[in-house]
Amino acid sequence: MLSFSMSDNKQHSLSAKPVAFRGGGFSPKSYRWVGFLVFATLIGIAEWGTRSGWISALTLPKPTDVLLTFKELYQSGLLFKHLAPSLTRLVVGSCMGISLGISVGVLIGLFSYIRSGFVPVVAALFPIPKIALLPLFVIWFGIDEGSKYALIAFGTFTPTVVATYGAVDNVERSLIRMGQSFGLSWFSIVRKIVIPGAMPGILSGLRISLAIAIILLVAAEMLGAEYGIGAYILEAGSLYDLERLFAGVVILSLLGVIISALIGAIERRVLNWRS
Amino acid sequence: MDIKLESIHHAYHQVEVIRNLSLHIPHGQIVCIVGPSGCGKSTLLRFIGGLEKPTSGEILQFGEPPPGCLNPLTYIFQDFALLPWRTVYDNISLVLEDHPLSDADAHHIIIDTLQRTKLLEFADALPRQLSGGMKQRVAIARALAVKPAIMLMDEPLSALDSQTRELLMDDLVDLWTRQPFTAVYVTHNLAEAVRLGHTIVVLSRRPGEVLQQIHIDKPLNERQFGDAELEQHQQQLWQLMRDEARAADAELLHE
Repeated sequence: MLSFSMSDNKQHSLSAKPVAFRGGGFSPKSYRWVGFLVFATLIGIAEWGTRSGWISALTLPKPTDVLLTFKELYQSGLLFKHLAPSLTRLVVGSCMGISLGISVGVLIGLFSYIRSGFVPVVAALFPIPKIALLPLFVIWFGIDEGSKYALIAFGTFTPTVVATYGAVDNVERSLIRMGQSFGLSWFSIVRKIVIPGAMPGILSGLRISLAIAIILLVAAEMLGAEYGIGAYILEAGSLYDLERLFAGVVILSLLGVIISALIGAIERRVLNWRS
Repeated sequence: MDIKLESIHHAYHQVEVIRNLSLHIPHGQIVCIVGPSGCGKSTLLRFIGGLEKPTSGEILQFGEPPPGCLNPLTYIFQDFALLPWRTVYDNISLVLEDHPLSDADAHHIIIDTLQRTKLLEFADALPRQLSGGMKQRVAIARALAVKPAIMLMDEPLSALDSQTRELLMDDLVDLWTRQPFTAVYVTHNLAEAVRLGHTIVVLSRRPGEVLQQIHIDKPLNERQFGDAELEQHQQQLWQLMRDEARAADAELLHE
């Protein structure tokens, strides 16, 4: 016993070193302040560059000038004159596209014939650059609001359909079997099991659809729009008025951030059952 | 209400799964079905509950379900099948919502079943907050809420650890002793079979046929963990099944 513990001790003194740590990593977290810092740094560099002259005024406008333009836009009341029609187009168009998209997506997820018929159609429609169809929509729905709603609706429709039927496909079949085994009606199974189960997928599809809606907003305002953020940007662009162009772009970016935050809030509310 | 299975045959894509199987499920008893993997025991359970149809043969119901029964053939699943977005209370409410019950009656049933399964204090919890054992208790409560004539239990304890399994077996024995129910209990665990089964049906490997039926007369509430008599039954069952299980195991490798 004695010799045993002695040799034990000896071994200890010979080669005692801590086991090297090799775990950890691969679990990125998001710190909000880092994002702000990056934005501030980029804008700071642009401001410094344009002031000291190594970025020419034709390459990039001074951030402070953009801010001034924005202030003017706000004070003259033009901001809301541009924002109101744009937001209306965005809301009306995307509501049409998304509600239709979710309905068709759920039907594709439920019925064999609709699936067989619609999946190829959606696959054919998805890659079409919707902007290219604007002239067609102008003929079909008129140069007024109709063509703008149609363009945004069409653009949000296809990604919503694809996200929705994927989400319905991913609803656990065992839950549906459970519903059947308890004698739930078909309608109850769809309403209480399929739709809530597909909700996470549908909401993450909405993020993409709404980003596409903002992109198409600018395209929709290329033809026959006097007011609107898109019209404002396009006008500034054709005049090479970079300050106004950037002011418009900043508005669109902010819109994107706000929509993303809104969906985040909806997700936290509706999907609070997930950990 | 009794159930009789008469000469059931079943094949999936020309692979014969069940061959000439006849079985009687008597009222007020628990029938355990054991057998090697792939012998079609879960398929058999889906036939009994009408979730799937056999290629040939008949499943007959004798007598009417008792009055007040909302869903005569009710399953308890291995994976619990709880809706993760509904609380414990609402998960039970789900299976009552399609029946013409007043809100007060439904509430009464839910509270009663939660009490019987000792879950009342968890009524507002979401499934993700519960342990596996608790989830299966909720599934049992949900099954009791529809006052089934026959419970169809598909490996209900197989997803749980062995300690939780013991606790839940005691709970099931308690429930049965207080109010005997009819059940078909599919499992691959022989210890569960001898603890809970009045009749144990041993199936052969694929294609599944009845190898033997064993009756255990000892009352459920007198069967204890490590009981010598049960141990003997379990030994006997394992003798019966060993070769079948080995052959079934090897079969999968050939495919």
